[in-house]
Amino acid sequence: MTTRTINFTLNGRVVSAEVAPHHNLVEVLQTQFALTGARESCGQGLCGCCTVLVDGNPVSGCLYLAAFADGSDIVTIEHLGGPNALDPMQEAFIESGAFQCGYCTPGFILMAKVLLENHPQPSDDDIKDYLSGNLCRCAAYPEIVNAVKMAARRKMAG
Amino acid sequence: MTEAVAGKQIGRSVPRLEAHAKVSGRAEYTHTMRLPGMLTAKIFRSTVPHGRIKSIDVGAARAVPGVFAVYTGEDIRQVIPEPYYGPAFHDQPILALDKVHYVGEPVAVVLAADPHVADQAVQLIVADYEELAAVFDEVEAAKDKVLVHEELKPASTFADLKHLKGRKGTNCALDFKLRRGDVEKAFASAAHVFEHSFKTQKVLHLSFEPPASIADYKGDSVTIFTASQGPSFVRTEIARLLGWPENRVRIKVPYLGGGYGSKLYIKMEALAVALSMLARRPAKVALTMEEVFYTITKHPTTFRIKTGLDKNGRIVARQCAIWWNGGAYADIGPRVTQKSGFTASGPYDIDNVSIDSYALYTNLPPAGALRGFGIPQLVWAYECHTDMIARAMKRDALEFRKQNLLRDGRPQATGTILKDVAIEKVLDRIAELLKWKAPFDHGNGTLRRGRGLAIGLKAVISPTTSVAIVNIAADGSVTVYAGTIDMGQGSDTAIAQIVGEVLNIAAETVRIVPRDTDVTPYDMGTLGSRSLFHMGHAVRLAAEDAKAKIASLAREVGEPEGSNVPLAELFRKKYGMQAGNIVGTGSYKPDYVPPDTATGLTPNATPFWMAAGSGAEVEVDTETGRLRVVRLINVADVGNPINPKIVETQLSGAALMQLGFTLFEKMHFDGGQVSNASLADYKIPGIHDVPAMENETVAAWQSNGPFGAKGVGELATFGVSPAIANAVDDAVGVRLTELPLTAEVIFRALRDKAGNPLKDE
Repeated sequence: MTTRTINFTLNGRVVSAEVAPHHNLVEVLQTQFALTGARESCGQGLCGCCTVLVDGNPVSGCLYLAAFADGSDIVTIEHLGGPNALDPMQEAFIESGAFQCGYCTPGFILMAKVLLENHPQPSDDDIKDYLSGNLCRCAAYPEIVNAVKMAARRKMAG
Repeated sequence: MTEAVAGKQIGRSVPRLEAHAKVSGRAEYTHTMRLPGMLTAKIFRSTVPHGRIKSIDVGAARAVPGVFAVYTGEDIRQVIPEPYYGPAFHDQPILALDKVHYVGEPVAVVLAADPHVADQAVQLIVADYEELAAVFDEVEAAKDKVLVHEELKPASTFADLKHLKGRKGTNCALDFKLRRGDVEKAFASAAHVFEHSFKTQKVLHLSFEPPASIADYKGDSVTIFTASQGPSFVRTEIARLLGWPENRVRIKVPYLGGGYGSKLYIKMEALAVALSMLARRPAKVALTMEEVFYTITKHPTTFRIKTGLDKNGRIVARQCAIWWNGGAYADIGPRVTQKSGFTASGPYDIDNVSIDSYALYTNLPPAGALRGFGIPQLVWAYECHTDMIARAMKRDALEFRKQNLLRDGRPQATGTILKDVAIEKVLDRIAELLKWKAPFDHGNGTLRRGRGLAIGLKAVISPTTSVAIVNIAADGSVTVYAGTIDMGQGSDTAIAQIVGEVLNIAAETVRIVPRDTDVTPYDMGTLGSRSLFHMGHAVRLAAEDAKAKIASLAREVGEPEGSNVPLAELFRKKYGMQAGNIVGTGSYKPDYVPPDTATGLTPNATPFWMAAGSGAEVEVDTETGRLRVVRLINVADVGNPINPKIVETQLSGAALMQLGFTLFEKMHFDGGQVSNASLADYKIPGIHDVPAMENETVAAWQSNGPFGAKGVGELATFGVSPAIANAVDDAVGVRLTELPLTAEVIFRALRDKAGNPLKDE
């Protein structure tokens, strides 16, 4: 199988990877960078468990071919927060009890962050529409909406 | 954030202990784990529902560059001569042998370092089958015209299955009977008799982390990393298959990306072990979402229920016959059939009851336990039936239930006296939230509104055992070894709260050791809402044991009774430095009396009962059949809630899962083949499907529970489906007896009612 070298920025660092044409972004992140926060679940881009940010835009990493990442800026859940602090969205998810098993949680958090960047004061409907591409089998949806609202309030309050 | 303080751990909404790991994406799940040198397995599956294997051609697959090996059932026999597993029956082969019994059954496996190579090679395998007649319907299967298995092979685990050993000519893997009073006589003298039949559809758990197991076989020991709800059982079963003592088998379980019953007992573990033995390399079996549809599902059921009333509207007799469609392998179906079957007459006080509950083999993917262990299927039938009777008798649905309600101090159908069951409070609270007595706007024109309620009762599965260890280090910090699996229900946090309460420390400071059978002691399994009660007691006892040892250490080093010298100081006084441990142990198994084999009666069927129910307000568009749940109320008796916030999310999550099973989820089959095996075609609840919801617990106390608590995980599933169907009837006067309640089903029923039925497609 022919592979090619791609170069991209991953969580703020310039990196390179050897990828085959059929490799998707999630498996490259998992196998070459030991980042497992983005996970393949449905494999069809429907559940959002594999969400990563490519140049600031959320993509389904299970459908996004790794080769396309060449030259782009990739951010995963592992980049949020710092060594001693969580991102405010992560804090809000904990305080609202917005997850149970946690498998889909990184996808929801990344998506919710992008939501607030584009819509700092989202209504409930805005939140639901934005997060309709993320599924949670534990169905923590009411708590997730609360978490996003909490994070939005805090962000506005500065 | 709630403050981490000692002295008041019970009833505090402690944030989940694993919260940081989960929001940071660092929580570990088996599906994304890798071991050095690991090979990945891809499974070749049966394309026919029932057939004799004539040949399997693996030559082309073997020739693919990068393929390490291709194995069939006969290869497995080289390392595991009797490769049949299962919790109730040893009926499931690791890979098909001689015959296949359902579409999707594993037949062969390709191993390769690169999963893509394995995937490609699997496509090149060709199997030839002599097709046999297949049976898919549970009632049809009970006629034994087409036999799924030639001979029944019960495991020795359960005494009440022994009589089935070697039985031939039947698809029935258990026929549980309960006989109370004289049903025939009561029906003969009843003033009114009602009989209805209900069905539930095949759905599945669909955990977002699909099943995954990695085995690392070392010749004299094997380590298995697995997404399992019951590592102790996996260890026992793998040891049995290998003919080894249990101490050579090690099961490690990281966090589970959902379970809901799908990761119980033994699933992919035996295959992973066999592959690692054959390959002498670590081997991983991790399913795709599509494959999950061929793994384990929920039992479809047919439930025929007949009730007799006296002239005052008292229920005097009830006859229940339930056929459970267990699919091709028994899994835990026979337990569901019995342990839930004995509650089939519902939460009503009835002197004459007869229950027949049948576990049936069919040529469909196997069925097991799914969030309720069979109870939601039963409540669906008996609570629709209850409403239909009330309607026919022109009785108020609430008052009719209250007149017949089973209350504390009265015998349940088994004869076991009900105790600590706040079911009347649950019912009253649902009615109160629905404003049941107030006038209700039923709408007009094409939008009609209705409301309904339903309640259910469950007995926790018994007898089961939990064992725990509490280990106090020389600095006073506390570690707990408990085999309960936290798959999202928050058990780690609740365990820490119980231990913290006993030892007077903040729950946030307690560490729960990741599950590893080399260190965590036995636990029967994380299932049936049993863990908070059983493991709750085990960790409480272990903490009390540790506390007693602290007191004796204090005495030993000369501290006066009740002195508040820090624990670390006691260790230093004894050992001269920061050294030593205090180890407390606890083990819990409740009292239990097995049911009489002839009558199903027992004075002690269960250590605790669970009661819960739902109320629903719905809107039906009579032009399209579209059903909208406007409001969903879920009320449960959880005893004393250890962690109110986690309890609420459990109720909410369970109700929403059941809402999917009620409104749209259904596995469609075409000749035994699942035709919607993906999230694209099998819809589950999304964020837009959440109705206005209220989730509540009633004030209650489980007198034999740890700190008054009992289970919660399944409770809000009980009443959702019948409450909604009852509300639909209230709205548009049509009665639906089969799930799911799709727009098409409702529209057809409306047209039937109007005397203008739609033609079948």
